[in-house]
Amino acid sequence: MKFTCPLPIQGSDRVLLGHGSGGTLSAALLRDIVMPAYTNPLLARMEDQATLQINGASVAFTTDSFVVKPLFFPGGDIGSLAVHGTVNDLAMGGAQPLALSVAMILEEGFPIEDLRHIAQSIGAAASACGVSVVTGDTKVVEKGSGDGIFLNTSGIGLVPPGLNLSAANARPGDAVILSGSLGDHGIAILARREGLSLESTIESDSAPLHSLVSAILAVTTEIRCMRDPTRGGLASTLNEIAAQSRVGITIQETSVPVREDVRGVCELLGLDPLYVANEGKMVAILPPEHADAVLAAMRAHPLGRGAAIVGTVTSTEPGLVLQRTAFGTRRVVMMLAGDQLPRIC
Amino acid sequence: MKYIDEYRDAQRARQVAAAIHARTTRPWVLMEICGGQTHTILRYGLPEMLPPAIEFVHGPGCPVCVTPLEVIDSAIEIAARPEVILACYGDMMRVPGSRSDLFRARAAGADVRIVYSPTDALQLARQNPTREVVFFGIGFETTAPANAMAVWLARREALHNFSMLGSHVRVPPAVRLILGSPGNRVNGLIAPGHVCTIMGLSEYEELSREFRVPIVAGGFEPLDLLEATMMLVCQLEEGRAQVENQYGRCLSSTGNAAAKKVMGEVFEIADRKWRGIGTIPQSGFVISEEFAAWDAARRFGVEDRDVPEPAECMSALVLQGRMKPNQCPAFGGRCTPESPLGAPMVSSEGACAAWYQFRGQGA
Repeated sequence: MKFTCPLPIQGSDRVLLGHGSGGTLSAALLRDIVMPAYTNPLLARMEDQATLQINGASVAFTTDSFVVKPLFFPGGDIGSLAVHGTVNDLAMGGAQPLALSVAMILEEGFPIEDLRHIAQSIGAAASACGVSVVTGDTKVVEKGSGDGIFLNTSGIGLVPPGLNLSAANARPGDAVILSGSLGDHGIAILARREGLSLESTIESDSAPLHSLVSAILAVTTEIRCMRDPTRGGLASTLNEIAAQSRVGITIQETSVPVREDVRGVCELLGLDPLYVANEGKMVAILPPEHADAVLAAMRAHPLGRGAAIVGTVTSTEPGLVLQRTAFGTRRVVMMLAGDQLPRIC
Repeated sequence: MKYIDEYRDAQRARQVAAAIHARTTRPWVLMEICGGQTHTILRYGLPEMLPPAIEFVHGPGCPVCVTPLEVIDSAIEIAARPEVILACYGDMMRVPGSRSDLFRARAAGADVRIVYSPTDALQLARQNPTREVVFFGIGFETTAPANAMAVWLARREALHNFSMLGSHVRVPPAVRLILGSPGNRVNGLIAPGHVCTIMGLSEYEELSREFRVPIVAGGFEPLDLLEATMMLVCQLEEGRAQVENQYGRCLSSTGNAAAKKVMGEVFEIADRKWRGIGTIPQSGFVISEEFAAWDAARRFGVEDRDVPEPAECMSALVLQGRMKPNQCPAFGGRCTPESPLGAPMVSSEGACAAWYQFRGQGA
């Protein structure tokens, strides 16, 4: 009998899908390729947006690319998603969004009708957010060199004075508030992509969060950090905060809201909702004395009705996210290496 | 969620745990065989609820983990052929072969698609008549019938651009190896409820008699596992060694006749190599002569390969329950889910990955 195993496969000389998953492979790409090439103090903060000081004003600046498949899904499409994604990255920096750019990479042969639909969706989403698309770009690549349409949006916004938000700011004792149920977007996309026929249609939660952020900041500006748990889900977001702030975070399993139908699909496919993407949810970390008032303000807002205090920041085991299970036991909530993979059984 | 929440009820779990505490007078080593059970035990932190005298060791029941190197190398080689679409389950993608894995093969240009069931792979073959669709079918007796059915359907439909690269293993021969090995510490076994739902209980009754060991066929939810633990502790404390069925809501002692029939037609039993353990006699299913035309190993000439495993990690000791994952010197350091040294670190059902994921690096 042999007690043996294969040698590890370290790294890769090609880009893997997991490099875009928001997990540890993505982090390695930033650490090994991006940062050495063009880092600077603003970039090195690794926030969802950079905050520039321009003539006395704090201006938040961010960019995001959208490659979602399918292009149209219950609850939204690539156009509205591209607006919400960038608005939310600005909002998580406390910024009031001012203006967006939209760049399109189109594949030869893409239906004009679909493009019209997406463009109208961009316009409608931007105007609902109270933000203008002020510049843009269009490129067309040969058939086979793209996948229909890719979008990039960038945005700027104004940060009100007195805010100091950073994933490095969490302190032991802080409360962790989540604005609503987890996993709606990721499961809506997955169900549509894989053609799962479900009794109910699960809709993406894609939504702009800046007005919810305004409601929070109207209660107190003493917020440590805000993040929207997109790809990689709540687990990745909390792991990033725990690592950057050098604190532990413990979440309570029974407090984390997950819709019944989303839970069902996750059960079916062997996925953990903590790792599934959201596009209209946010996490706020704040001193405990403000938690109840902020929670009440969030619940009074249409996008925060399902808000809950889901955990606390601790001084034990810095960098580690723990979950207290319904049974009172605890487990570690790791950062995933790559994408979450459906389990065989 | 009906039929799930009942088996995750915290109050009921605490009651069963208290009953186990009251019943336990001596140390007992229990092995759950199936990777899905390992996942649940660690996901819900069940050992924290139980008396320290109860020790779980995690068995070899993760089909992803025990798939031998040469089969993964073969899958990568077949996938690299321009005419081939390789269809596989998601968690096979990251399993390292001797040089690469399927994610890297895909990045290098291979057409590899994740499917959720073998019928998805059949559908791919119907939709792509000019391509060769190869389904990478792995699993224990639980998944084997559905995979066999795909081959059976392909023959009925004369779907000649479909074939299966199979790596199917049987639980009882592995259990026999573990219980019969000189270093065996296992006092009682939780048998995989899904496998028994297909195969029935007779093979386990044989094992229980042969080694005088209690075996409880258990489910996969936390309460299933706590109840199975309670049933094992009762047997051990009373000096009994019987086969009992905790998973009665799915499992009848005779198993599933239709599933066994299709497996009997498509497969035959053969010796099989297990990654990290070696060849176990009569421990696998291979595609029978009658269905040879749908066997990808024969079609692409990759049968009878043998890739030696370089001495590096101790996964065999872990897979046999003779070492805890965190007792391995490489655990959490040189071996992590990002760069797995051994197969049990790859799939979330693998003993090492489940331990790493839910109990952390040092815990």
